[in-house]
Amino acid sequence: MAIEAVDHSHWSPLLGRLWWDAIPPDPIVWVTFAGVMLGGIALVAALTYFKVWGYLWKEWFTSVDHKKIGIMYMILGLIMFIRGFADAIMMRLQQALAFNGSEGYLPAHHFDQVFTAHGVIMIFFAAMPFVTGFMNYIVPLQIGARDVSFPFLNNFSFWMTTSGAVLIMASLFIGEFGQTGWLAYPPLSGIAYSPYVGVDYWIWSLQIAGVGTLLSGVNLICTIVKMRAPGMNMMKMPIFTWTALCTNILIVAAFPVLTAVLTMLSMDRYLDFNFFTNDFGGSAMMYVNLIWIWGHPEVYILILPCFGIYSEIVSTFCGKRLFGYTSMVYATMVITILSYIVWLHHFFTMGSGASVNSFFGITTMVISIPTGAKLFNWLFTMYRGRIRYELPMMWTVAFMVTFTIGGMTGVLLAVPPADFVLHNSLFLIAHFHNVIIGGVVFAVFAGINFWWPKAFGFKLHEGLGKVSFWCWVVGFYLAFMPLYVLGLMGVTRRMRVFDDPSLHIWFIIAAIGAAVIAAGIGAFVLQVAFSIWKRKELACDGDPWNGRTLEWSTTSPPPYYNFAFTPVIHDIDAWTDMKRCDVKAPKAGFLDIHMPKSTGTGIILGGIATVFGFAMIWHIWWLAILTFVGMIGTAIVHTFNYDRDYYVPAGEVAEIEAAAHGQPLPAGA
Amino acid sequence: MSDHAHPNPHAKDHHDEHGGSHGSMRDYVIGFLLSVILTAIPFWLVMTHAIADKGTTAIVIMAFAIVQIVVHMIYFLHMNTKSEGGWTVMALIFTIIIVVIALSGSLWVMHHLNTNMMPMVHDMGQLP
Repeated sequence: MAIEAVDHSHWSPLLGRLWWDAIPPDPIVWVTFAGVMLGGIALVAALTYFKVWGYLWKEWFTSVDHKKIGIMYMILGLIMFIRGFADAIMMRLQQALAFNGSEGYLPAHHFDQVFTAHGVIMIFFAAMPFVTGFMNYIVPLQIGARDVSFPFLNNFSFWMTTSGAVLIMASLFIGEFGQTGWLAYPPLSGIAYSPYVGVDYWIWSLQIAGVGTLLSGVNLICTIVKMRAPGMNMMKMPIFTWTALCTNILIVAAFPVLTAVLTMLSMDRYLDFNFFTNDFGGSAMMYVNLIWIWGHPEVYILILPCFGIYSEIVSTFCGKRLFGYTSMVYATMVITILSYIVWLHHFFTMGSGASVNSFFGITTMVISIPTGAKLFNWLFTMYRGRIRYELPMMWTVAFMVTFTIGGMTGVLLAVPPADFVLHNSLFLIAHFHNVIIGGVVFAVFAGINFWWPKAFGFKLHEGLGKVSFWCWVVGFYLAFMPLYVLGLMGVTRRMRVFDDPSLHIWFIIAAIGAAVIAAGIGAFVLQVAFSIWKRKELACDGDPWNGRTLEWSTTSPPPYYNFAFTPVIHDIDAWTDMKRCDVKAPKAGFLDIHMPKSTGTGIILGGIATVFGFAMIWHIWWLAILTFVGMIGTAIVHTFNYDRDYYVPAGEVAEIEAAAHGQPLPAGA
Repeated sequence: MSDHAHPNPHAKDHHDEHGGSHGSMRDYVIGFLLSVILTAIPFWLVMTHAIADKGTTAIVIMAFAIVQIVVHMIYFLHMNTKSEGGWTVMALIFTIIIVVIALSGSLWVMHHLNTNMMPMVHDMGQLP
């Protein structure tokens, strides 16, 4: 197909670049579009029929409750994860088919978009929402707070992230997505080589979602620093909260760099600047340097909270205090700093020479020391512990094995001469999937199984959870170990067709692995659906796992104000300490509780931002100006809304607490 | 919402108990005057060519800029070692570390990349 020959230069004042040629010339996309449309119409019809729009708007979309926003982040992450996984399956299938003269089923134009979208979606719109979702839900509960520091900002952050996700989904059906790889290196991503809208979709979805990520980082740092319960000094904070703090510090320090790089690339593309072009003094190498100054900390932004999740799970299911709490905290802080001085290992081969490469090779190897310390801490926590192999613990053990393998191949890649052989090969692909799936994805499933009972008041079904677990673990090894082999044989990444028939068998094994992972995802969806159906049988109290930190001291699900009384902390595992000392929550003497009010401004701003991004992508200048002014105006109007908080009367608190603990109301309440 | 941690129905009334000072008129005036002076001197240096060497002028201007940053932090952002229980200073130290790493690292890396990888015109001519 001679897709490159299509002329996309049409522009009109009213619709910008938007014209009939924006319909992708690909039957696969049409069928998907039809499916999505039918599904969407069915969903809207069902929601309308059951009259839940008002409920969704009042109780969820406009809610500033950190717990609800956390759950919405998780749902967003899950939807985008499934989209990103669909891309993965398509690539595996293409590479398994395109042998012996076959071209496979994906044309180059489409295949390049698929691998770009897969990377962008999995990092920015699956992993990030998952991690942010966990932090949003768990952190305020763990520190004994009633919400985050800036509840409205939290809602706004979520809708900005969603806005970016909507744009990236729209690119599937209107126009195209980038064909540049997930970091859009220039000069390929420059206007000369990517003249149509693909890279612009990439830029604007990341810019808009980046606003949300950054603000949510500010919010959570402030929450952790300022809103801890009395008695909880820094070294009594739960380890997940510690990792959340370090992650958010990383976010606040790293994301402005991404924003700046994207802005410079936009200026190159929109205003004929020459930051990264081949001519007029531009340097594409500067782009690679800058984007990895953001990109490497980003990796640790994803993994640090996951380390926190594993830490909580290990100590809970071994019935022991975490081994080496202090060393865990220091390891986390060391990783936070070190993650800023390793970025060059992503481009050893760009030619910076021996001294620079040696420095960054050594710093990269050094970062494995605090990470190794963490692994030993988990192992020593298990040592002589009374281990309960429930689902979260199973995921954690799978993580420890898998992540160690990924870490070792990582240290191998950190050796510059080895990297010259292995860079850009499938070995690299296998390595980072090994650490991201083994580290982040396993943590997401461990965390969902662990905290689901807290969020909804019933456990997830164990049998189906085990099916999902084994499919994932087996599928992962089947899918990615062949890529190590292929990488060592010299196969490069992002290849669409292959000539050498001896490689074929490895791609077939990898495709089978992807299918097994698909079964794992299916089993997880079934697990959730089945557990919701059987929620009466699976119901649990506030502390189903014999937990150790404060979130387990409230009811499941927690009341919207989290804690009727602010707890007072005396020890690291505060809830274990309270259980040991037999501290009981008071049954009377409730006070009014000061709470923030819901507001629709967040979702309105997010909606306008989506339209603004769309207008910028398609060069619809009048609409871009209009929506930009609209956004600023809405924000200004919101500052005049002084009706932001209210008091929950003590009587209502007493009723909720009595109902939750199954007791009659005390007289006089 | 910083009063969430205190279950006190009248928490709304004391909104300034977190130790950050908001500065006095005197501080703002001192800060403003210092800023004006620190901005006027570089202008004067450039307009009158008081220092003959352009490189030296640039270095002197940058020194003034750094002093200006410190003035802003002390008089306008009210930073001192005690405010917010030391957190502002911690944040500042962290910021400086990250900025120094990113800037010096980029300069170092880009210097090497430029030297090794950017083809000069005469180099191109020598290619076989």
